[in-house]
Amino acid sequence: MKAYGPISHEKFTSTFDDDALKHLMRRTLIGIKLEDFRKFSGQGLDQVINSIFKESTSPAPPVNHYESTVKDTTGVLLGQTWVNSTYGDGTINSRRRQSLKSWWLQQMHFQAPTIHEKMNLFWHNHFATEVNVYDDARMGYMYLSTIRKFALGNFKNFVKAITLEPAMLNYLNGNQNTKTAPDENYARELQELFTLGKGPNSKYTEEDVKSAAKVLTGYRYTRDPLKSYFQADRHDITDKTFSSFYGNKVIKGYPGDFAVNELDELINMIFEKEEVSLYIIRRLYVFFFYYDITPEIEANFINPLAKVFRDNKFEILPVLKVMFSSKHFFDAELRGSIIKSPIEHLIGTTKLLEPNWPIYESFINEYYLLANDLATVSDRGQQVLGDPPSVAGWPAYYQAPVYHEIWINASTFPERTKFTDNYISKGYKRNNQSLLFDPISFTKKLKDPSDPVKLVDELTFLLFQIPISSKLKTKLKTDILLAGQASDYYWTELWNEAMQKPNNNNTSMVTSRLKSLLSYFLALPEYQLI
Amino acid sequence: MKRRNFIKNTMLGAITPTFLSNQSLWAMGNVDQKLLENENVLVVIQLNGGNDGLNTVIPINQYGNYKNARSNIALLENKILKIPQSDLIGLHPSLKNLATLMSEGKGNIIQDVGYPNPNFSHFRATDIWHTASNSNEVLESGWAGRLLALDHPNYPEGYPSSKYPDPLSIQIGSVVSTALQGPLYSMGMSISDTTNFYNLIENADEPVPNTLAGKELDYLRQVSKQTNKYSETIKAAALKVSQQKTYPNLSLASQLKIVARLIAGGLKTKIYYVNLGGFDTHSGQVVTTDTSTGTHANLMANLGDSIKAFQDDLKFLGVADRVLGMTYSEFGRRIKSNASSGTDHGAAAPMFFFGEKVNPSYFGKPTSISASVANNDNIPMQHDFRSIYASIMKYWFCSDSVEMKSVLFQNFDTIPLVLGSVCGYVTATEPELTGTRLKAFPNPFQETLNLNFVAKGGQSSIQILNMNGQEVAPEISEEFEAGNHQISLNLSHLQSGIYLARYQNEEYQEVVRIMKK
Repeated sequence: MKAYGPISHEKFTSTFDDDALKHLMRRTLIGIKLEDFRKFSGQGLDQVINSIFKESTSPAPPVNHYESTVKDTTGVLLGQTWVNSTYGDGTINSRRRQSLKSWWLQQMHFQAPTIHEKMNLFWHNHFATEVNVYDDARMGYMYLSTIRKFALGNFKNFVKAITLEPAMLNYLNGNQNTKTAPDENYARELQELFTLGKGPNSKYTEEDVKSAAKVLTGYRYTRDPLKSYFQADRHDITDKTFSSFYGNKVIKGYPGDFAVNELDELINMIFEKEEVSLYIIRRLYVFFFYYDITPEIEANFINPLAKVFRDNKFEILPVLKVMFSSKHFFDAELRGSIIKSPIEHLIGTTKLLEPNWPIYESFINEYYLLANDLATVSDRGQQVLGDPPSVAGWPAYYQAPVYHEIWINASTFPERTKFTDNYISKGYKRNNQSLLFDPISFTKKLKDPSDPVKLVDELTFLLFQIPISSKLKTKLKTDILLAGQASDYYWTELWNEAMQKPNNNNTSMVTSRLKSLLSYFLALPEYQLI
Repeated sequence: MKRRNFIKNTMLGAITPTFLSNQSLWAMGNVDQKLLENENVLVVIQLNGGNDGLNTVIPINQYGNYKNARSNIALLENKILKIPQSDLIGLHPSLKNLATLMSEGKGNIIQDVGYPNPNFSHFRATDIWHTASNSNEVLESGWAGRLLALDHPNYPEGYPSSKYPDPLSIQIGSVVSTALQGPLYSMGMSISDTTNFYNLIENADEPVPNTLAGKELDYLRQVSKQTNKYSETIKAAALKVSQQKTYPNLSLASQLKIVARLIAGGLKTKIYYVNLGGFDTHSGQVVTTDTSTGTHANLMANLGDSIKAFQDDLKFLGVADRVLGMTYSEFGRRIKSNASSGTDHGAAAPMFFFGEKVNPSYFGKPTSISASVANNDNIPMQHDFRSIYASIMKYWFCSDSVEMKSVLFQNFDTIPLVLGSVCGYVTATEPELTGTRLKAFPNPFQETLNLNFVAKGGQSSIQILNMNGQEVAPEISEEFEAGNHQISLNLSHLQSGIYLARYQNEEYQEVVRIMKK
């Protein structure tokens, strides 16, 4: 192990084959859609990078789907968005929270093949807040919109925006931070978790936390209308002195509304430290590459990329492009080394094995409820969208020494298999509408489904990042597709008959065999890796 | 399957004074739940591909016609093994170890098991056998799964429990058979292959890639093993058995060896499914210079030798009384061989049962072979396979008729394939009604066929089949009192030709050839 090739951020120049493409797609997208893979296959690395590393179009906001269960008394009709309306009451809000989570799930499932959606997840983990705590679906949507807006934009601007985000002002008590009773919560996390981190060279002091907290006094939010604002009479107008780590910088107190300049000065001061760029590249590395940052990786990969990040004035997209086109990213050692998060496991399954959804226009409620049912699968895997366990995000991305292994335990692993079994064999139902995977229409899209050897080969290629032994492939082909027979022809004959003269019998035989095969594959430990 | 049936049956028996003095009643007074629990185990050996029944159980009473129908693959008369169950038939020369079991009274043969309107697709026929459906009906659940669900309707919720710590059924093979599919969930767990089994008990593993992915895969496999709810009980059971008899190095034997070990290790698992593949012998099933050798002979040896070793081991381990073995194939093969020394997909085929408690009989009659066999002629069924399932339920798992019907959806005749004493039935051999019990007249007939039959009471059924085994008239299935009966059938819709009239009354069955003018 640890047999890395040259650790370099320079561009990958070996053949960009389907295996490399698969690795790139698995790591940058949440799950692979067959059509997207086919589209990219055969293109050069630059072309694919340019397709993946761009923003997706902004989605339409979540809507009132719950009207038939809970009447929305704020005037939002069925199918209309509630994000700009008044709060309503607790019952309406809890339906909207469900709507928001379901909507987010839908965005992930239907994402265009860009890194945007996965970066949203990365930043949600980075600038973590909990809907559970601020308990207002509209704040949640606003927070997600900010994340979406800056996910591939400028990190420095992002930090300022998230500082003033109502959800964050609530979650880390900025709202309560006043000159008479300073609350250091946000000032601490701003440095410890959001920008500088806790690396050995991140030597801000307790005094720096206190001084930053003073800079941040007076920022508040209102719920109706939902917005943040600055209240000058709560702001500490004294001068704020920082430690030698920041070069003994003094941020002068400004009177009245001019005090908002102090925030820009604070952020500028923090971003003067190279540690910011190093910390963010490390966070990206752990999330997208692997958790173990060796001294060689720190020196030869993190450091040069941090420089790229700084040189690009903290623009996120350029540095991502370099990271994901690098020799190191495509190193064989890294491939298949990440244990899927519950979301990656869930969406990875639904994106490749696409289900049929109810017709949105006719069944908005069922459509949202079914997406929400999927979201609860991730909940059971210990990743609740919108509600990471703490401001530090999910432990899988920081908890040494286990990191992503924390996703897998004696309770969550069986939950994953329970989901894949259920998804493949039965699907989900709400009020006679269903979310149903049809193995035949999926298999029809494969290259040569009538040849059981090629069928198993293509399936295993699509499902797994690391190869499955040919012994197991042959065994499953024989045991499942051939029902124990020696000759491949029996599957070919059955498949062709089911295609040409479909009837109850042959359709059910093909379906049940494909379901068995897929259930088996998706329960394998190998399926947990990307 | 249920304890109460056993109690019920025992209580019925208790009416007779002789039984009162029996120690069993004393045991009844000190009700020991464990003693009363039916601990019987069924081991099902699936012969994948369609076994050539006619070269497995050979009708030596019609050797000439047999030889004539398949001259290129027919076994030499003097090589066919004689067994005490019947002198009208013999076994394939490579089944010598099975023949030994037969002569020790540890096996029986059920001749020509199938179902009306046979299907010739491996997949479909296998599904029919597993789900116990009618030929034209698609069912999702399996017969054994439904059987297990009777006592375990909420499985897998709350399982394993202190009362049921073990898998309800085990499949040796990567995918649990449809036969074990319950109404909602699979009632079985699979031990994907023999290597995995020994890996489990020895904590060994398949190799992982030599990269970071390998490190993570290793971790995932460890957790996966811990989370298989049953892996610990299986491991514990396996480790209780330190010594087993020697098994031949054959694929079936290695599976049965695991089964024996788990049974002896104390697993309460009721049903095991194992597999032997390769029976799809379209060509070269024999070496033509010596028809007792070749592919089919090797399969027969694999089957017979494995079963014998298994049976010996079960005895050695002290659990043989609790185990009943059964073989079946999704279909048999055609009567006439083809030009490439093989046989094509056919219909009915014989089944074997083996174990200490089998009723060592021969059920049925030798396959009837005419002097001139057409290419497409199939072996007509003598027993419906669902009758066999019903019989297993009744005589081995002590199910009552309500349970049998809820699993099989219809009433089927049963045959006493194991000793009646297992489920508390009166074991005295009933006076055999001798001679033929079915007469068809006039024969040949023109429009109306009269059938005269002697019933001994209980369920009787009458079917009219064509030579492909397809039903050509509505089946009659009802209770007929003991005695002589006559029915008339209007068969004016049939084309001229040869047909079969089949009569079954409990274990008795008979097929007569009829001809329409």
